Order: sequence, then structure tokens, then C-alpha cells
Amino acid sequence: MNIEDIKRSENKVYSKPELLNDTPMHYCPGCSHGVVHKLVAEVIKEMGQDNNTIAVAPVGCAVFAYKYIDVDWIEAAHGRAPAVATAAKRLNPERLVFTYQGDGDLAAIGTAETIHAANRGENITIIFINNAIYGMTGGQMAPTTLEGQKTATTPYGRRIDLNGYPLKISDLLAMLPGTCYVTRQTVHTPASVRKAKAAIRKAFENSMAGRGTSVVEVVSTCNSGWKMSPEKSNEWMVENMVPFYPLGDLKNNSEK
Amino acid sequence: MAKVIGAVDINRERCKGCNLCVVACPTDVLGLQPKEVNDRGYHFAYTVNPDNCIGCASCALVCPDACIEVYRVVEK
Ligand SMILES: Cc1ncc(C[n+]2csc(CCOP(=O)(O)OP(=O)(O)O)c2C)c(N)n1
Ligand code: SF4
Ligand code: SF4
Ligand code: SF4
Repeated sequence: MNIEDIKRSENKVYSKPELLNDTPMHYCPGCSHGVVHKLVAEVIKEMGQDNNTIAVAPVGCAVFAYKYIDVDWIEAAHGRAPAVATAAKRLNPERLVFTYQGDGDLAAIGTAETIHAANRGENITIIFINNAIYGMTGGQMAPTTLEGQKTATTPYGRRIDLNGYPLKISDLLAMLPGTCYVTRQTVHTPASVRKAKAAIRKAFENSMAGRGTSVVEVVSTCNSGWKMSPEKSNEWMVENMVPFYPLGDLKNNSEK
Repeated sequence: MAKVIGAVDINRERCKGCNLCVVACPTDVLGLQPKEVNDRGYHFAYTVNPDNCIGCASCALVCPDACIEVYRVVEK
């Protein structure tokens, strides 16, 4: 069979998600943000929610997410996405409302908004990109930075005595009665991408069914901030991030 | 025995040459252009061994920039 016969539309098994528009994304080559954007776009389309979604963008590298995924977006002030999403969902309860936030946005400046929205059991989904660093501003330490991890502000590695402990904020959120589903995923292999997509789907379904707050943490890479190639970043993530941030469901009351 | 054959189309202008598809491909189909670059200066991905492709979509799943379209045919 020649290549033209293979490349017929009826044989197509994968293409760019329909809701991802043609604007090239500004993310660094190999950045996990792009993979998660694709999954969010696919799930919204597959659920038929493309004209019924309100997404809330963070401050951080994903600040321009509204340029890439073709749904309605609100740009929140740094860390305030869960508060903005609370209002959007309460005023439009029939809508799919989610936030998309980095670890600096969600677990540092936005800790209060995150915890209280989850504790109120707002019917929103929080997509949480944990790359253990502030990517956008040049690779400073985040609350999630691992012990010993070198960043622009911890050039000799994070020290517990000086900088405190890395924050497992998803574990805290799982303890709150308002959350129904808290899971930790990665997107570095084809299999993990499929699992992360299923998790996002479950979270969005929970939000639409009014089961409370769902949190999908994606343990991610920031190869620019970490100063490694994309490939090495994935290896470093598996060796260092995953043991500290173990993968899987921390809480699953989805089918209540 | 049924044989699975595949093919990929790579959007060279969207590609950022991150190499993640190359690593993900189980049959060594892909590589980065050693010299040529796209309009934004990236050594984009291309099919070095197109005949090896089994249409598994591993490359496309991990591509952060949604550059890859995958086709698959099962020959009986
Ligand atoms: C009120 C306020 N404080 C600080 C900043 C600077 N700032 C911009 S993004 C950011 C953190 C980004 O890190 P993260 O949320 O982890 O996202 P990433 O860029 O890694 O995806 C900070 C501190 C700001 N823009 N506004
Ligand atoms: S700085 Fe880090 S998080 Fe931001 S786009 Fe680059 S790799 Fe991604
Ligand atoms: S579809 Fe599978 S076999 Fe073909 S290039 Fe992509 S990863 Fe390789
Ligand atoms: S994964 Fe995508 S962006 Fe990266 S080299 Fe391959 S085609 Fe290009």
C-alpha cells in the first residue's frame, strides 16, 4: 500500500484537537502545558461542552491559554482563579467551569482562594500544573519545589531549614469535605497521556453533576526553568517528582 | 495475518523540535532535521524511516504542540 492510500481521511486516527486553534502556542519546546491544553480541548469537545464552557486562566506561563483553546475564558488576577470560577459557576450553574493554574498561582499566592473554593465544594474543576517552579518569571522556587532542587532563588538547592518543606497541596485538598475527586497524573508517555485525559473527563463530569470540587494535578516539567532538555526533564521528573508526588487518585467520590 | 501499517503527517511550521515524539516512537520512524530549520528556527521533526510506522499515535499523543496527524490501516 502506498503512502497516499494510507493517508486518506477515513484512516485518520489522530489529529489536532478541533478546539485547539491554529495559533502557535508560546510555550517552550517540550513544555507539559501544551499536552494538557490538548487534553482539555479534546475532553470539552467530546463532552459536547464547547459552547457551554467558561475557563479561567491564571497568571503564569498559561496566562495566554485563552489564545489557544476556543472556549470562553476569563483571565483572573494572580492566584484568584478559583474565586473567579466560583462566581462564574454560581451565576451560570449549567456551565462547565474550570480553572487552569500553575503551582505558583495555585499553591503560593492563591492558596487561600484554592482551599476555600474547595472547602465550599464549588462545582468547578481545578487543573493544576505542578512543575515545581515559577516558569513564567524565570525559574524561581515555588512552594512545590523539591528539597535540594536548584532554582534561580535556591541556587544551591532548596533547604528545608531556610525555605521550609515542599507543599503537597493536593493532599490537603483531598482532606476537605468539599472535594469529590482529587487525582495526580503525568503526561510524559502515551499511556500517561491517556490516563490524564480520562481523569480530566471524570473531573469535568463531576462538575457538571454538581458533586463538588474536582482537582486534577498534573506533575509536569518546566525544562527551561529546570535547565534540562525536554527528554531529560521527563527523566528527572520520573526520578525525583513522582516519588514525592505519587500518582493516582487521592480521593474519588465521583459516583456518589 | 493482519498487518498494521501507518503514516504520519507532521506540521513542520508548528513543530518546535522538542524531540519528544522521536523518543516516544517505538519503531524509530522519526528524527529531527539535522540542518534544515522551519520559519521559527526549529529543527523540525520528519519521518526518517516512514515504512516502519504502525500508526500507534504515540508520537502524536506526547507532542505538546499538536503537530502530528496519524493514519492507520489494517491490511487483511
Ligand atoms: C500579584 C503578582 N505577584 C507576582 C507576580 C509575578 N508572577 C508572575 S507568574 C508567577 C508565578 C508563575 O508560576 P506558576 O504559577 O507555577 O506557573 P508556571 O509559569 O510555572 O506555569 C509570578 C510570581 C504577578 N504577576 N502578580
Ligand atoms: S518557562 Fe517552563 S512552564 Fe513556562 S513555557 Fe517554558 S517550559 Fe513551560
Ligand atoms: S504513529 Fe507510532 S509508529 Fe508511527 S511515527 Fe508515530 S509513534 Fe512512530
Ligand atoms: S513532539 Fe511535536 S513539537 Fe516536538 S519535535 Fe515532535 S512534532 Fe515537533
